[in-house]
Amino acid sequence: MSASKASRLGEETRIEKVNAELVVLTYGTIVAQICKDFEKDYSQVNKQLDKMGYNIGLRLIEDYLAKSNTMRRCSNFRETAEMIAKVGFKIFLNVTPTITNWTSDSKQFSLVFDENPLADFVELPDDGRAQDELWFSNILCGVLRGALEMVQMQVETHFISDVLRGNDTTEMRVTLVRYIDDELPPEDD
Amino acid sequence: MSYYFAIIGTQDNPLFEYDFGTSKQGGDGIARFTEQARQLNQFIIHSSLDIVEEVQWTNGQMYLKLIDRFFTSYISCFLTASNIKFLLLHQPPSSSSSSGLPASSGASTLTSSSSTTLGQHPPTSTSTSSLSVIPSLSTLTGGGNSSTTTLVGGGTSRTSTSIAANPTSPQTEEAIRNFFTEVYENYVKAIMSPFYKTNMEIRSPVFRARVAAAGRKYL
Repeated sequence: MSASKASRLGEETRIEKVNAELVVLTYGTIVAQICKDFEKDYSQVNKQLDKMGYNIGLRLIEDYLAKSNTMRRCSNFRETAEMIAKVGFKIFLNVTPTITNWTSDSKQFSLVFDENPLADFVELPDDGRAQDELWFSNILCGVLRGALEMVQMQVETHFISDVLRGNDTTEMRVTLVRYIDDELPPEDD
Repeated sequence: MSYYFAIIGTQDNPLFEYDFGTSKQGGDGIARFTEQARQLNQFIIHSSLDIVEEVQWTNGQMYLKLIDRFFTSYISCFLTASNIKFLLLHQPPSSSSSSGLPASSGASTLTSSSSTTLGQHPPTSTSTSSLSVIPSLSTLTGGGNSSTTTLVGGGTSRTSTSIAANPTSPQTEEAIRNFFTEVYENYVKAIMSPFYKTNMEIRSPVFRARVAAAGRKYL
């Protein structure tokens, strides 16, 4: 599918809008609360956010397929990346991350977020560790992992930079581990 | 002209403080408080909180304009909806501030003068009475200013409309209003951060930089 067609798909669908600040503040509060609950053990916080995202992703893929009207399997991982960035993120967050840094075997790419709607207003706590350990938007990693798993792709996702930490860009790395084979239902006999 | 800006929380606890000098008319933006005045400023701001509480119910405005005066220190106030107070202490140029401040007299002058400042505001102050304070202040400063200018002489570049020379002029009032409005916008952004809790000290370096920028822009 061509790039222009993909970006149109994201536009075309009529999506109910939600006040961005409501989402931002809700998500921010969740992260802050998790940080409090785990007593600032940020690696645990990252893990929890990823888990929450994974559970969202498992369901969200259904919503995505219904809204995007793309009842066709992507032929390769590059096309998958295109659909994630230009349709998926467009529908659910109204942003279009840039796809870059493909590895030569087309199994690994980066999503670079020019703007991150989850991170508006956010300043990481200045306890000296959050800046190095917390991935504030880590829920997105989980969402991608969960959603792709439901369409037979096992991926590994993680952030490698975040403007909240003082980096120049917000970049997420997505790696295709394997295509999960369709499992046949157990035979009747 | 030197400024001392403080944000006071709902429990009269300080959330943020920043001092700076004027950037208008070739000012370098560095506060010219003496070491003693620096410490005194916090007391002056704190004592004017009483006046804030009196004035805040007299009108529906967030910007309460000039509310208090202690020798050559003038205090303007801005209230946010959640009763966080922005207080700006401003002090006209150093020639008058060094002579005006009680350098040697100490605590006895401090208490007596603060009681006179309080005495200017009747306990049941209405909007008219709070307004009447300002003309009386302006006559006071008018006298103070003329003496200052004669002392300094015609060599200074400051005109009569300059913000620095006239703490009570409408131009100053407007400049401070602009300053407060900009700080308020940035304050709202700062407290929207999910890791900020009510009445917590504002440590954000971004916010500090923006307050500094607002100070450079308007004062």
